[in-house]
Amino acid sequence: MTQKQRLNPEELIQSIKDMFTTNIQDARIEKRTMGKKKTEFYHLWIRLDKTIFKEAVRHLQSLDPALHFAVSSGYDLDDTIELVYSFSLYHGVRHQEISVNLTVALPKSDPTIETITDLIPGSLISEQEKQEMLGIMVKNIPKNTRVFIADDFPKGVYPWRRDETGPKKLIRNLHKEKI
Amino acid sequence: MKTTGKTTYQLPIGPIHPALKEPVMFEFEVDGERIVNVNIRLGHVHRGVEWTATQRNPIQVLYLAERICGICSYCHPMAFSLAVERAAGIEVPERADYLRVIHGELERICSHILWAGVAAHEIGFDSVLFLTWQMREKGVDLTEYLTGNRITKGITMIGGVRRDITPDMHPKIQEALQYYKENFKKLQQVFLDDKTFQMRCKECGVLTKEDALAFCAVGPTARASGVKKDVRLDQGYFAYSDFDFDYITPDIHTGEVHGDVYDRIVVRLLEIQQSIALIEQCLDQIPAGPIVSEPNIQKLLTKLKNTSGEGIGRMEAPRGEKVRAPTYNNILPWIPMLTNQQIADIPIVASSTDPCMSCTNRVTIVKNQGTSFLDKEELHRMSIQKTRRLCP
Repeated sequence: MTQKQRLNPEELIQSIKDMFTTNIQDARIEKRTMGKKKTEFYHLWIRLDKTIFKEAVRHLQSLDPALHFAVSSGYDLDDTIELVYSFSLYHGVRHQEISVNLTVALPKSDPTIETITDLIPGSLISEQEKQEMLGIMVKNIPKNTRVFIADDFPKGVYPWRRDETGPKKLIRNLHKEKI
Repeated sequence: MKTTGKTTYQLPIGPIHPALKEPVMFEFEVDGERIVNVNIRLGHVHRGVEWTATQRNPIQVLYLAERICGICSYCHPMAFSLAVERAAGIEVPERADYLRVIHGELERICSHILWAGVAAHEIGFDSVLFLTWQMREKGVDLTEYLTGNRITKGITMIGGVRRDITPDMHPKIQEALQYYKENFKKLQQVFLDDKTFQMRCKECGVLTKEDALAFCAVGPTARASGVKKDVRLDQGYFAYSDFDFDYITPDIHTGEVHGDVYDRIVVRLLEIQQSIALIEQCLDQIPAGPIVSEPNIQKLLTKLKNTSGEGIGRMEAPRGEKVRAPTYNNILPWIPMLTNQQIADIPIVASSTDPCMSCTNRVTIVKNQGTSFLDKEELHRMSIQKTRRLCP
């Protein structure tokens, strides 16, 4: 796989801003140094609208065809569910990797997002997990089954939710019960 | 086994099966002895750790996280710690970063040797299993000497580590490293040069570089397919950027990359050598100074309680990049690895990614033709005796 010219963190953020002029809500560079040599590394945090999420992933893949998807994490923030997709670009050359975290807020009234499995097949399990744990809907997911929680786990209960669909009613204090 | 058509059959294996060491469900579609397709189901040991963590304070989560898995019980809390430190803007002292490397590499040595024993067992060489696991004992003893514990090490602290490694402890570390150096040749002869190993492992369970990238494989599984991906080098967390080392891919040893089970053995064995060298560099270069940024736990908790932010902790566990368990990313690569393989090769191909669904421990002693169980008190007493032998 060939790679285009490597962008530095500032150029990378700018390229995304240039491509999606209106739907980027926030973009920041987290710079850290490590070790006695104070080697720098970067994490980019980009908050964007879900309407451009998939195109943003496609854009990252155009910058590095070996784009690595690490995981997506998710949180229940009352009115919205926030997903953070963690990618990395430019691995394979020492200290050149850049982590890119794309944050997307999904309103609970419409918790849907497009699948990225057609771009990155390895994202399937992470998408399945977010569906079953947070009750989001991943549109066009190629395998719409549960992956971690059992088939007989109640439908409509999502272990990572903090609202009425959360797991509260299933929690038992075993030390208080006669078994 | 039931028939589903004229030529293929469905063969379920797992979630509990003598050929598997971890609870996972494979639904194979086979044509005679050849695997045509495979569906993988997980979750048989899902314990809701994420939810439980939301009910704990960050320091309690360290101890919860190290119980996710007994083999990489250092990497889980350390990845969590890295995320918290970055979210809260906590600077880790340089000495602590070096100590963190030592513990990380020691865990890698123990994990890779443990895996080598499992791989030998899967292809029928139980004598090799016992040889390798005997070697692993040296590393576990050293872990106990350095941390006070053999498996759940309790060494991680947000902002550093909980125990120092003082100069008077260096000789024991060097002795263990010397032991591994002397025995590495033996491991190499058994695993890399032996004809039977080569016949069982070469061209078996192939994962191409393209599939490794597409399915987001990580760790030795990805590197054995020629993907240069190692968070220690890509980003240089802890003090890794201070050391001289490089990506390990199988062509270093064989001159080419096949992405088969044999290549995965090559990568893990060479990484044992690499870990020894990294610990030696650490001992040579470790700076003086504090080992934790805030030794007062109450002050640390107060700071964390009043902080908001987001952070991500990535580190290279023995099985690969950890921001979630590396096996999570190495599940889907099983599909191309297993497709078109023989049923007899399922155990070695499945174990070649060093999968970890979770770890549980039980001890049974067979004595006088009867079976007796060691209870918690007895195990505790024995562990204290062993620690006193190691640290008189």
